[in-house]
Amino acid sequence: MSMSTNQKKFLQKERRNKIFVILMQILIVVIFLISWEVLANKKILNPFIFSSPSRIILTIKNLFLEGSLITHILTTLYEIVLAFFIGIASGFLIAILLYEVKTLAKILDPFLTMLNSLPKVALGPIIIIWAGANTKAIIVMALLINLIVSIVNIYNGFLGTDEIKIKLLQSFGATKGQILRYLVIPGSKRTIISSLKLNISMTLIGVIMGEFLVSKKGIGYLIIYGTQVFNLNVVMAGIVILIILSFIIYEGVSLLEKRLLQEKN
Amino acid sequence: MNSILEIENLEKNYYTKQGEIKAIDNISLKIKEGEIITIVGTSGCGKSSLLGILANIEDKTNGKIKYQKDKPTIGYMLQNDALFPWLTIFDNAILGLKIAKKDTSENKEYVKKLLKTYNLEEFINKYPNELSGGMRQRVALIRTLALKPDILLLDEPFSALDYQSRLAVSADVFKIIKRENITTILVSHDVGEAVSLSNKVVVLSKRPCKIKKIYDIDLPYDNPIDNRNTKEFNELYNKIWKDLDVYVN
Repeated sequence: MSMSTNQKKFLQKERRNKIFVILMQILIVVIFLISWEVLANKKILNPFIFSSPSRIILTIKNLFLEGSLITHILTTLYEIVLAFFIGIASGFLIAILLYEVKTLAKILDPFLTMLNSLPKVALGPIIIIWAGANTKAIIVMALLINLIVSIVNIYNGFLGTDEIKIKLLQSFGATKGQILRYLVIPGSKRTIISSLKLNISMTLIGVIMGEFLVSKKGIGYLIIYGTQVFNLNVVMAGIVILIILSFIIYEGVSLLEKRLLQEKN
Repeated sequence: MNSILEIENLEKNYYTKQGEIKAIDNISLKIKEGEIITIVGTSGCGKSSLLGILANIEDKTNGKIKYQKDKPTIGYMLQNDALFPWLTIFDNAILGLKIAKKDTSENKEYVKKLLKTYNLEEFINKYPNELSGGMRQRVALIRTLALKPDILLLDEPFSALDYQSRLAVSADVFKIIKRENITTILVSHDVGEAVSLSNKVVVLSKRPCKIKKIYDIDLPYDNPIDNRNTKEFNELYNKIWKDLDVYVN
């Protein structure tokens, strides 16, 4: 089918707009980095406190060459992946339990609300004592943050199941398990997938917070270590790596979300 | 007994914090095989509770429900088509069979035959959102017919449709029901629908619902839309409308 001139104009405008937005985004980053570098070199910004892009790159390069960078990244990644999957899987199972046993949901409701509103970092010191100053404490910290969100999100998705469809399955003589398998879980696919994204953000917060508190490896450790020895280049390098890592992970989960939602439904 | 279903002194109470609510009060009714009965009543009078009890998904408070068969198969259609958007038309149509663990190849063939008979064959692998409202209702009906029900319960199945589609779709669905010769109980608050589609109309009072009157219907045409233009239709319509005692404050 041939395209009308107006349609072509519309598409061109859309494309131009998109390119403009991307160019502006790049420009902001470039201006920011150049100003930072120049201001630090002219000593208007104290490079000892503020570091500078070139110093950060040099630090990252050195960390890479001495071999510790990869270890830090892999440690953090390992903790993120572990906490993410445990969080999602247990969140899913607990949500099913709450959905099936409504009285349990009612009993636990105030405790879930309390845990949800509590700043979990306050529990950090206790977690270190209980779980030990090791990876376990970091995973527990991350789980404390991502689990409640997953449970509440998935459970609310389950509660949104169409009553009419439940009645229909009951009229077929469906068991509770069949209602879950054929209706509640597939019907909540969208909510479950969107809770993956929320869960990954929470996991990142939890893991870094955990690494701040107890760790000898990982990006959170790198940042805290840099602060303790007052080497702001290391701190900034840690933050930059964290930004890149978070961006990649978040985009990965977004891509997964898109793929899963694109399937015919 | 030539009744496929006998309801005797049925009562249903709901218990809430605010108190006890009587929804159904002493209803007795005999339904003959092959009959199409419509139960009409004002909104919230307890019609849907009655069907819920007959479908075995709600408990009764008192009374007896006697089916001719020991374990009758009951087909239930609700306020909307309730098709599952993530399943294909065929998988939707065999959902009841799957749940009841009756999805044998023979029964699946029967479903395919039904889909073919009712012009849905080419949509077998499509999804519900690719079908029109009328087609979706037909799939919902086939999903129910797949279980070869002894009795079909329809709870305002057309209420989600606009008026024009409602007329066309209800005519379409009832053509199929008559062709398959299934005893049917339809619940509706639409008097026109009741008169044009059924052999018998049971008028219920306001809550708690009791049987107010029963009308035998014998309209000249097979097509419900044609029946709507007859004198008999208008007379019955007016009588039942008066019985319902609907007024606006």
